[in-house]
Amino acid sequence: MDFITFIDLLLNALAAGAMLGGFYAAVSIGISISFGMLDIANIAHPAMIMLGSFLAYTLNDHFGLDPLISMVLMAPFFGLAGIAIYRVYYRLFESRERDPRRGLAFFFGLLFVTDVALILIFGVDLRGVQTPYVDAMINIGFVGIAWRLLIPFLIGLFMVWGIHLFLTRTFFGLAVSALSQEPLGLRLIGADPISIKQLVFGLSVATAAWGGAALIIIQPVEPSLGREYIGRVFAVCVLGGMGSMSGTFFAALLLGVVESLTSTFIGPSWSPAVAFGLLLLTLALRPTGLMGRAMR
Amino acid sequence: MSRSDFIFLLALLGVGVAVFLFIHALGEGYYVMVAFYILEYIVLATAWNILGGYGGYVNFGSACFFALGAYSTVFFNKLFGVQSLSSLDLGLFVLDARQMPYCLLLLAMLLGSAVSGLVGLGTGYLTLRLRGVFFAISTLALSVVTQTLILNWRFVGGARGAYVLKPPEVAGFSSTSEFIMAAMLSLALLSIWIARWVENNKLGVGLQAIRDDEFAAECSGVPTLRLKLQATSLSGALMGAAGAIFPFFVTYVDPIGAFNLVHTVNSIAMPLIGGMTHWSGPLMGAILLGGIQQYFGSKNIITPELSLLFVGFLMMVFVSIAPNGILGLLKAVRAKFKS
Repeated sequence: MDFITFIDLLLNALAAGAMLGGFYAAVSIGISISFGMLDIANIAHPAMIMLGSFLAYTLNDHFGLDPLISMVLMAPFFGLAGIAIYRVYYRLFESRERDPRRGLAFFFGLLFVTDVALILIFGVDLRGVQTPYVDAMINIGFVGIAWRLLIPFLIGLFMVWGIHLFLTRTFFGLAVSALSQEPLGLRLIGADPISIKQLVFGLSVATAAWGGAALIIIQPVEPSLGREYIGRVFAVCVLGGMGSMSGTFFAALLLGVVESLTSTFIGPSWSPAVAFGLLLLTLALRPTGLMGRAMR
Repeated sequence: MSRSDFIFLLALLGVGVAVFLFIHALGEGYYVMVAFYILEYIVLATAWNILGGYGGYVNFGSACFFALGAYSTVFFNKLFGVQSLSSLDLGLFVLDARQMPYCLLLLAMLLGSAVSGLVGLGTGYLTLRLRGVFFAISTLALSVVTQTLILNWRFVGGARGAYVLKPPEVAGFSSTSEFIMAAMLSLALLSIWIARWVENNKLGVGLQAIRDDEFAAECSGVPTLRLKLQATSLSGALMGAAGAIFPFFVTYVDPIGAFNLVHTVNSIAMPLIGGMTHWSGPLMGAILLGGIQQYFGSKNIITPELSLLFVGFLMMVFVSIAPNGILGLLKAVRAKFKS
């Protein structure tokens, strides 16, 4: 490989990695909220993302809807489903004695049932969407950026920015931060922690609709793809630090770039292993993540 | 060995022999297959319960530990080409082709359990110091990464999978399948024995203390990390041993089959449904759920996907409504009758 080719490959890999990273932020931010701020390890989140992808596919296939429109339509329903799930979770597990095993098993069951249901309905073939921008590219010098990567990147950026503003600038958002820091104080000012948690969990599930739409723009999907994302979303969440939105974004960028470099210079089949490596390294060396509070 | 241990051992052996003779009397390959799968699930569920049930740490990596065992068998076969040998000279005595399978299966099981046990130890060492959630997530991700590794490893077949030949005949058994089923039966009995031993021992008591309140356990001098690591390795090793036998029975292993989430969901659902506090819980769950799946699968009443959907639903129902499983329900019924 001569020098020019190498630079060309490197620049393209970095650009694609950064785009991919923005997308990883879009799929991880829901976990970052539920796991990092509410202390609910929703391992079914990747399955919900797959559900979002397949709904976007169905809407595109039947009505020719652009995934960018369907994600706006789907989000409220996902949010309502999230609220319903939290109610069940709270009634059955959180309000009683805390045995974390049961909550995990509950969400694992949800993951598995969604997974199998998607296989039963859609089969194991790859499904993709038809949009005008799926095959288009922008070229800047050496670097070519595909629209199908740029749009998910922008979706991710917008989500992180919006949720960050919501959490830091609104009264409700500040109450959410108080949930994990000062639950007693929250009750003393007359706010109900449970109804706040319920709404925030709804928000975290609603992000799965957007993440799913972003996913199907990037690549055609099949039901078992969700499993690859389990390692990724938790790696991003843990690496970024619990409940830190900016941390989540930078961790997602880092994962995207490292994965992209790995698949360019070592081979694409190795990229699923990168996330797990990062996850283990973080847990071993710095369990609080890049920007997290101390937490065990 | 105390008296109750001795009686338990005798009972276990008796049940083992009875089960084997029963399957033998049914005399069809089909029943051997059903028995094999149910026994495999007994091993996986019992092994999962040692860490998950007694210690309260959820392991989502059963499929991974199982597949690691299966692939150590594949690796072992490819490396030494042992299956093409017609006899083996061990110095003291010579094994002929009909006796070799004994040696082969034992070695494969030892290797499989060593590999899986060590992987369990390593993952546990990195993540068991944190909250249990981190261990659970790591094991879930571990399956994906190990599958990636195997997919990229040409020597063991990569994505195409690999064949492992069934030994043509085995001394003392009417068919090879029956021999392999007997090996799984022995492993199942062994894991039940181990689970009961753990339960009545320092390890089990310590694990229960960890499950109830890890902080309090640590404060009263329970070496929590060491016990958790012991349990993780032990449970991983048993799953690995079960995986090591698997290729001989099905003769073909590929990453998608070996790493199938079905192993994971079953090994969690079975103890949850049976009951996690006693060794008999996973056993009951495995017989019940394994039996249902095999029955529906064989009669073509419903597709395998639907029967998995059923397992998933049943798991969620039990975890929501009857958190202590069938054992808990039985206890509640007995308490009601007494009062």
